[in-house]
Amino acid sequence: MTERHLVKTTVNGVEYERTVEPRLLLSDFLRQELGLTGTHVGCEHGVCGACTVLIDGHSARACLFLAVQADGSRIETVEGLGEVNDLSPLQEAFREHHALQCGFCTPGMLMTCVDLLRKSRLATDAEIRDGLSGNLCRCTGYEHVVRAVRAMAAKR
Amino acid sequence: MSDTELRPKHIGARVKRVEDPRLLTGQGGFADDRISPSALHIAFRRSDHAHAVIAGIETKAAAAVPGVFALYTSNDLHGLVAPVRATSRMRNYHPTDVYPLAHGKVRYVGEPVVAVLAENRYVAEDALDLIEIAYQPLPAVIDPATAVEEASPILHEEAGTNILASREFARGDAELDMTAAAIRVGGRFRFWRKTPLAIENRAAIGEWDRGRRTLTLTLTTQIPGIVRDLLADILDMAGHRIRVVASDVGGGFGGKASLYPEEILVAALTKKLGRAVRWTSDRLEDLASTSQGFDEIVDAELGVDAAGRIVALTAEVVGDVGANSIYPWTAALEPTQVISFLPGPYRVPAYRGHVRAVATNKAPMGPYRGVGRPISTFVMERLVDMAARRLVVDPAELRRRNLVREDEFPYRVASGIVWDRSAFIETLDSACAAIDYPKLRREQASARASGRLYGVGIATYAELTGIGSRISAAPGMPINTGTETATIRLDSTGAVTANFGIASHGQGLETTLAQVIADELGARFDDIQIVHGDSSAVAHGTGTYASRSAVLAGGAATQASRLLKEKLVRAASHLLEAAVEDIDVADGRVFVAGTDRSLTLREIAKAVYSEMGRLPPDAREEMEVTKLYDPVFGTTSSATHIAALEIDPKTYKVTIHRYVVAEDCGRVINPMIVDGQIHGGVAQGIGAALYEEIIYDETGQLLTATLADYVIPSAGEVPSIETIHLDTESPSTLGGFRGMGEGGTIGAPAAIANALADALAPLGIEIFELPMTPERLFRLIEAAKAKGA
Repeated sequence: MTERHLVKTTVNGVEYERTVEPRLLLSDFLRQELGLTGTHVGCEHGVCGACTVLIDGHSARACLFLAVQADGSRIETVEGLGEVNDLSPLQEAFREHHALQCGFCTPGMLMTCVDLLRKSRLATDAEIRDGLSGNLCRCTGYEHVVRAVRAMAAKR
Repeated sequence: MSDTELRPKHIGARVKRVEDPRLLTGQGGFADDRISPSALHIAFRRSDHAHAVIAGIETKAAAAVPGVFALYTSNDLHGLVAPVRATSRMRNYHPTDVYPLAHGKVRYVGEPVVAVLAENRYVAEDALDLIEIAYQPLPAVIDPATAVEEASPILHEEAGTNILASREFARGDAELDMTAAAIRVGGRFRFWRKTPLAIENRAAIGEWDRGRRTLTLTLTTQIPGIVRDLLADILDMAGHRIRVVASDVGGGFGGKASLYPEEILVAALTKKLGRAVRWTSDRLEDLASTSQGFDEIVDAELGVDAAGRIVALTAEVVGDVGANSIYPWTAALEPTQVISFLPGPYRVPAYRGHVRAVATNKAPMGPYRGVGRPISTFVMERLVDMAARRLVVDPAELRRRNLVREDEFPYRVASGIVWDRSAFIETLDSACAAIDYPKLRREQASARASGRLYGVGIATYAELTGIGSRISAAPGMPINTGTETATIRLDSTGAVTANFGIASHGQGLETTLAQVIADELGARFDDIQIVHGDSSAVAHGTGTYASRSAVLAGGAATQASRLLKEKLVRAASHLLEAAVEDIDVADGRVFVAGTDRSLTLREIAKAVYSEMGRLPPDAREEMEVTKLYDPVFGTTSSATHIAALEIDPKTYKVTIHRYVVAEDCGRVINPMIVDGQIHGGVAQGIGAALYEEIIYDETGQLLTATLADYVIPSAGEVPSIETIHLDTESPSTLGGFRGMGEGGTIGAPAAIANALADALAPLGIEIFELPMTPERLFRLIEAAKAKGA
């Protein structure tokens, strides 16, 4: 029997304590232990970006992170951005510009955008596309995502 | 109220999507989000052999792992579930049996062989490693060109051949007319294998209600109705005891439009064990076992007279359909569409197209966005450009001379497909105007003069969409995909619910169908809820695939809305004491024209259902209508794509500078959604043209089993795409809608191939295969240079 470890994290401002196997992925921790199924899993090898969350303010792949590594850290997921009847400005921009279709990559895409909008210049479409290049979307062809980010970048 | 105020307000408007708030907040209901306490998790031990007899399976050590509940092999399923067979009335077709777990032998790397059920996925995967399978390897059949030969080893002994389907379409004597052509162009074209690659991997969650003995299967599927009907057969259960639910599905593109062995197994074990059983695949499983597409060899020739008019076209096609004939579409679907659609939107007086669908030791082929037509368009549009070059005629001009003209509709294609009426020439002219084609050619000339590899490529195509009952979506398939059901109901609170058999998975049909109903019924948009992706929603449904849903469900919604509106008006005529002719419905109010007398739908509902005595008993109708819609033949969608790109002569990287799509998808319900579908379709076409390729080595091992190896475009690889909607109503469908979900992927590979060939024309290079990766470009250019030197 593998020794289990205590993990204390703050997710979207709420403190959680769970005892988990050391091999448990952060993505599975969020989805299965905490029931936060907004974070999606697309490849489990760090390419698609669907599971992107913010860990201590930096975007990271929850599928490449172990839950035990998140001990003591502050995590932000899509559930912390806004509510169905009270969307955040970024979520509203995604809706306005039709930056999502099936919506599966969207939570990871949104968390990447939160990070980009906080830290990156995003002065040109090329910079925006470069910033989005770690998040794969198979539906939108990215054009409308670029427009949503462009609109948000202009408002900063 | 004036007439102007009664005109459709929602159809044609850029209405924001109903689906978005839940998807943007992480509150969607994707299959793996389903909570099922104490469920058993399945992991599959999959074949690592391409072709082998299963000599023995040892599971004792795996079964002893703490937390493992049970293991199953095919022998353990005997009597529990019958094999599935995709039947067809097509001649020269050999169906294959598909078992939930490999039966007797394995036919592709990734085929499920043993299922482990455990308390969680981690434990189930631990146990996989302890299973021992003894294989007796058989020769792997990998190259479709040799798989068709009689001497080839055979995958399915009962079929007696690897050629699972063959077909020919002919008009006139193409070979004879070809000899009279002024110029003949052609060659062997190769479109390499792809995978749909939805970002959500496949998953199935089975739940069993012990009291009612009912099965609920939450599934990543585009076809909940087809799955329900098939499960009812093979599990011998009444349809109302099985509910297949696909609430939110994370992309499909055809990859979730077939029935899979894993889904059958989850359903069968849920029923057998009487408890929840769930399976969520990972990306490796997706790349190895989700249906693949677009894998054809096409030997084609085009004959053109001195005036630039097409005189004959011939094609010999081999489609690599992988290990099985997939349910329900059959192995014939993709390859046959290549010869059905090869003549495209052109007048082709003489044609012969022959196709063979051949089994190989690869994951089964299924529908992928565009189905056959990305390949037929690639080949035909390349041939047209090759002919233009030989004739020294501009490629746009040669297309204009050969596209079916307005006065020639309806035009019957050699394969029997009829183009009802579509804006073929107009899309070409609009695309040329939007991109300023003459100026673009001047820019190209100056770029070329300075030694840059700059090319412009055009692709014009036509597709049959919204196919009705007269033509099966797959040749000879005994499943009716040509009707759609709408049940629209005004409930006792005044809310409107509309149930359909479709299964939206990104298309935004909860929005577009509500737009149609809002206009046709007169209800408020926000009061309408669309129910879909649930086999229990209507009596018969199939799902969302083949660019059918807006056309068929839109038509059914229109019919049912109009009849429900008549009922509302009849009830209101009693309540408002007015003649039915004087009553109309708009914005959720039923009103007497020219007066201020009106009732809300809520007030009508209360009067009909609850407030006894307000209506005479015989005037109290059920406020619900069910209508089937069948467009019978379907309708023609078409588009012209123009790409301008440049090849970096040092890195062989391709940069797309401009991309324009002018399309005719009929009456546009929501231009924002149409744009999104085009952008996404073109992005997949760009992937197909430049990056994506499923590669098996000569022993049948899958070399592209991660997203680092199977490369799809990211934001940096897709240009900004300009769109022009011609908005010409279809004459053949109710509402004038045409299907448009697949078109982007149909046109893009051809436009890019033509632009690449144009860029490389100074080197005398033609493009015969896709994807044109940097390595292939490097080899072509090096070979041309060596030849020149």
